[in-house]
Amino acid sequence: MRAALFLTCLDDTLFPGVGKATVTLLERLGVAVDYPAGQTCCGQMHFNSGYRAACMPLVRNFADTFGGYDTVVTTSASCAAMVRRHHRLIDPAANTPQVHELCEFLTDVLNVTDVGARFPHTVALHQTCHSMRLLGIGDRPRRLLSAVRGLELRELDRAAECCGFGGTFSVKNPAVSSAMGSDKADNVLATGAHVLTSVDTSCLMHIGGLLSRRGSGTQIKHLAEILAAT
Amino acid sequence: MPPFPVAARTALADQQLRANLGRATTIIREKRLRVTAELPDWELLRLAGAAIKDDVLARLPDLLEQLETEVTAAGGVVHWARDAAEANAIVTRLVREHNSREVIKVKSMATQEIELNAALGQAGIDVWETDLAELIVQLGHDLPSHILVPAIHRNRSEIRDIFRSEMAGAGRAAPPGLTDEPAALAEAARLHLREKFLRAKVAISGGNFAVAETGSVVVVESEGNGRMCLTLPEVLITVLGVEKLVPTWQDLEVFLQLLPRSSTAERMNPYTSIWTGVTPGDGPQQFHLVLLDNGRIGTLADPVGRQALRCIRCSACLNVCPVYERTGGKAYGSVYPGPIGAILTPQLRGINQHPVDEQTASLPFASSLCGACFDACPVRIDIPELLVHLRAKVIDHKHGHPSGERLLMTAAAASFARPGRLATVQRIAGIGARLLTRCGHLRLGGPGWLGAWFRSRDLVPPARESFRAWWRRNHR
Repeated sequence: MRAALFLTCLDDTLFPGVGKATVTLLERLGVAVDYPAGQTCCGQMHFNSGYRAACMPLVRNFADTFGGYDTVVTTSASCAAMVRRHHRLIDPAANTPQVHELCEFLTDVLNVTDVGARFPHTVALHQTCHSMRLLGIGDRPRRLLSAVRGLELRELDRAAECCGFGGTFSVKNPAVSSAMGSDKADNVLATGAHVLTSVDTSCLMHIGGLLSRRGSGTQIKHLAEILAAT
Repeated sequence: MPPFPVAARTALADQQLRANLGRATTIIREKRLRVTAELPDWELLRLAGAAIKDDVLARLPDLLEQLETEVTAAGGVVHWARDAAEANAIVTRLVREHNSREVIKVKSMATQEIELNAALGQAGIDVWETDLAELIVQLGHDLPSHILVPAIHRNRSEIRDIFRSEMAGAGRAAPPGLTDEPAALAEAARLHLREKFLRAKVAISGGNFAVAETGSVVVVESEGNGRMCLTLPEVLITVLGVEKLVPTWQDLEVFLQLLPRSSTAERMNPYTSIWTGVTPGDGPQQFHLVLLDNGRIGTLADPVGRQALRCIRCSACLNVCPVYERTGGKAYGSVYPGPIGAILTPQLRGINQHPVDEQTASLPFASSLCGACFDACPVRIDIPELLVHLRAKVIDHKHGHPSGERLLMTAAAASFARPGRLATVQRIAGIGARLLTRCGHLRLGGPGWLGAWFRSRDLVPPARESFRAWWRRNHR
């Protein structure tokens, strides 16, 4: 099977390890991964911040880059939702392909929950808002994590509550964003887990930034990095 | 009123407020989940609620005329008010015509919206709120902070203090030795209000619904103060937003299931009062219905924005909102706070027709777009979609006004337009960040978004090698 990887601008620039882990994981499962060089950004930041005109070339570029692929996989639930829900509305003429969030691709397309990973650490899972409410990925991340050898999942209190990142919300309303994130960080620390994971790097960047400022040793890892580990 | 981010910062600093709100919203959130989960057809009810309201909005002029005909036939008088000033003038004139110097009030969002109490006060008319929470707000010379529970920001010892110091100035004083026991506080309010119920000649209410086919108006409440106001006085004046219509009694059934479970998390509210015009010898002998536009028709003009007019003021979206839970309602600078306020207030203030002031323009941005509000909304208003829709209006209105934000967004869009440009930006950022990184994390300061991020958060630096550079090095 061939799949094109849409890595998101954030992972590409700040967290290239997420992309490398995804390639490792998918190749281990027999998927031939392609990374179309024309990709940049799905346009969510511009769209959600009200800059619709600026968003249009990004939506077209996405369609031009990925339109020829039958299968597109992305490491961000939030960006997957942006493409799935909004690209056609922004540009009805765009040849936007179907995009799978990584967990969906693993469980629904490859039909696998045990990806052969080993990660002997305590882990807390942050369920992201867009993965739950816009994609409806349900318990897929949890199922994938529970098949990882050596991994001990710690339950997060108020797991369904937003971490407060919200894209430009984090800088346009920094006080509220940080207050929400601080409460999330408290709940993460209360689990005693060594690693916080999720299906969106953006939330992790925000919660991790707050944890780091507190001097906490809790690591943040995208789910792909855990599933790639052996 | 300062823009939301500034007002929110002040509110966040109030530890008592955050504790009161956190406690109250957590309890009601859990209760609401319990009572909605026990209905097997809850999702169908939500769909029905949305469909009925959309139908009402699609043929609003006809239904309003039908309502007017039926109310008039039943002995009521219908008045039409374009805006707050007109509505206030009509109500003030009606109260004066009955030579009354005071009115009692049922809790009503529409009258809060038009600031009727202030208008009547200026006309020398005393206004007595009779809902317990509204009474607390009024006696405390305070502002409401929640649609359903206007005094949600107060705890019981604060309420005891307000009753002790303020009740005497407004009528019957608080009993000596009043404690902060809920039963004692309720008894003090009951004694204080009873005098006013028995004395007042004119009552003012809002309405939760109006049934077009018979001209009946519905008030849903918990305390029985509404029933007192709606039955004891000689004259009843109801101020009703034009979107409050339902076509038939059969439609009303859907909302009488949706509203109490969503608002107070009860299967059924204690008091539902429904009246049709006037009934000789029973209840008020004069009934005036003031139909209020005040920005609603302008909202109706926007095909995306109009779904905000489905709102039945249940406040479920406030109770589940992580932003509201931390800032409280006053930070929104409107009687409609929380997620629904963030989409309703800008539209009622005319954002669909013209640029709005800075405070109003800040409201659609007062959300992380987490989507909890949509899940909770009994009439399925897609609040996140509407927030983004209104953000675009704000940005479009500011077109031609350069700002740091617009510059950044334009620069970002330019970098994202071509992969080659993005690669160059990534290389420069990677080098710059390495010079500034300490202990593996960036800690910067500065103006605008940079300072906003780094005031509370670290950041991992841009990678030495972006993924796209790594891929090119390894896969070509």
